[in-house]
Amino acid sequence: MDPHIQSYKKLGGVLGVLLVLTAITVGVSRLDLGSLSLWVAMVIAGMKSALVLLFFMHLKYESWLIRGSFLMTIGVLALFIGFMFWDVAFR
Amino acid sequence: MTSFYHTPFPARFRGVWAWLLTLDHKRIALLYLGAVMFWFIIAIVLGFLVRMELMTPGRTIMGAETYNAAFTLHGVIMIFLFVIPAMPAIFGNFLLPIQIGTDDVFFPKLNLLSWYLYMLGGVLAIVSLFADGPPDTGWTFYVPFSVSTQTNVGLTVTAAFTLGLSSMLTGLNFITTVHRMRVPGMGWLQIPLFTWSLYATAWVQLLATPVLSITLLLVVFERVFGTGLFDPARGGDPVLYQHLFWMYSHPAVYIMILPGMGVISEIIPVFSRKSIFGYKAIVGSSLGIATAGSLVWAHHMFTSGMSDVAVFVFSFLTFIVAIPSAIKVFSWVSTMYKGSILMTPPLFFALCFIYLFSVGGLTGLVLGSAGTNIQVHDTHFVVAHFHFVMFGGTGFSFFAALHFWWPKIFGRMYDFKRAYLSALLIVTGFMLHYVPMFILGLQGMPRRYHDYLEQFAPGNLFAGLGALIMVPGLFLMVINLMMSLKQPVDAPADPWGGTTLEWSVPSPPPLHNFIERPSPGEYPYDFSRVGTP
Repeated sequence: MDPHIQSYKKLGGVLGVLLVLTAITVGVSRLDLGSLSLWVAMVIAGMKSALVLLFFMHLKYESWLIRGSFLMTIGVLALFIGFMFWDVAFR
Repeated sequence: MTSFYHTPFPARFRGVWAWLLTLDHKRIALLYLGAVMFWFIIAIVLGFLVRMELMTPGRTIMGAETYNAAFTLHGVIMIFLFVIPAMPAIFGNFLLPIQIGTDDVFFPKLNLLSWYLYMLGGVLAIVSLFADGPPDTGWTFYVPFSVSTQTNVGLTVTAAFTLGLSSMLTGLNFITTVHRMRVPGMGWLQIPLFTWSLYATAWVQLLATPVLSITLLLVVFERVFGTGLFDPARGGDPVLYQHLFWMYSHPAVYIMILPGMGVISEIIPVFSRKSIFGYKAIVGSSLGIATAGSLVWAHHMFTSGMSDVAVFVFSFLTFIVAIPSAIKVFSWVSTMYKGSILMTPPLFFALCFIYLFSVGGLTGLVLGSAGTNIQVHDTHFVVAHFHFVMFGGTGFSFFAALHFWWPKIFGRMYDFKRAYLSALLIVTGFMLHYVPMFILGLQGMPRRYHDYLEQFAPGNLFAGLGALIMVPGLFLMVINLMMSLKQPVDAPADPWGGTTLEWSVPSPPPLHNFIERPSPGEYPYDFSRVGTP
């Protein structure tokens, strides 16, 4: 199996982007964006998660089976959370 | 042929270490069997005491606080330490690798770790009994009570968290094993139905259990740090807890029942001497139940203050789950139609299962319908319903599995007369125990109450009498099976005339299950290949 070792340069770059995104999260939290606050925070958190998964957890280099399994768990989670809105959105 | 009992794996360990450090899936299954039966008996005794307390109005044998602790522990132990792990951990571990023609699960060390986590969870549950007072929340740990009560809820939810981790790892192991270790030549539609049911269950274990784990962790956070997630005064939402709890705990019902359905799908064709009716439909319905059953959790919350839209959606989805469940029942009954039926204790238990599960399922529709649900919510009707499903379903399929695979696991046959007698006592006591609860519920008797009005006395008396018949039957069943262990190992490889691969290996099986690579047939239930037992 391909060990897909990544260079320190690339990993350091990803770490840098994660730190920048963290700073943006903190900065955005101080702005009053109204109902958009949640969405902005979630998008940034999603980007950070994606970077960790793709590079630190090597998902970028895995087979379709592993990627598919992971995407399925995300899909299930989205479904679970989405179905809660049948309640929350209509109270 | 030397059985696995005489060939430790790894070979360097002897005596008790050969069991405690074993990597053999069959030994691990037996470790689970011992532990699960221990907890089962404890939970039975607790349930029996609860019912004795309710036999007459007022205090009968215990006070209200002890009663609260007793029903909480009965529920926690039964659910997390018996019903959820019993079938996958015992029979799944023992039989899944054999049914797919391989020598072990994909991750043997992870399998042993699962057992240790299970034991740790059990120890934590015991410790919670004696430290700061046993929990009194019921097995659902609903907020805000679970956050405010001074009893030892933190330790009990930690126990449930640990048991959930064990369950997840078992699920992960089974999924990987089914994907990667099937004997060459065994396609997906040649897999026996018990293994199929374990596979469907494993996905639910893997995907739903983390939700409960996180939720229980949040309860600990609430208690320790006061985060306010479920506190309306601080912007939290107590109904959110119920969503998160049932997001796992309703799929958990299918973790409990699906393997039981797999067992029945194995037993019915063997004793009908006839190929299973609707193999593909049963496979599809297992996956259908696993999928649809994961999306109906909020039918537990119709009176919680949830939106009407959610009530409508979840009620509708609940009715959809009835379809794959009915497909299974129809297929089992159709298998028996014009079959050459041979009555044995496993078949007797399986037939009881079909009847009791059907009653449990149909009364589930009463609860799934929002209008009637509101009338009987949190009454004894609910208690009767889920005991018909969990005990009449999972419990009876567990007993059926014990009697079906006992000769395979231990190489010994048990006494049939005592087995029938115990089954009769259990099923008679069961009916007398739970049917009055349906009536009590319709009359409006709430669940989890220590005392009740005089008008509920006759129903509670009958239910108590049912327990007095059922519990001796349960002990007789266990004693009968244990007594068989005194006999010499003499069970044949295939005492029932089964067709799946576990019946092609000696009883008990050798260490690596197969002496040579097995050849799966075109179809796992081809009875033209075997003779009459």
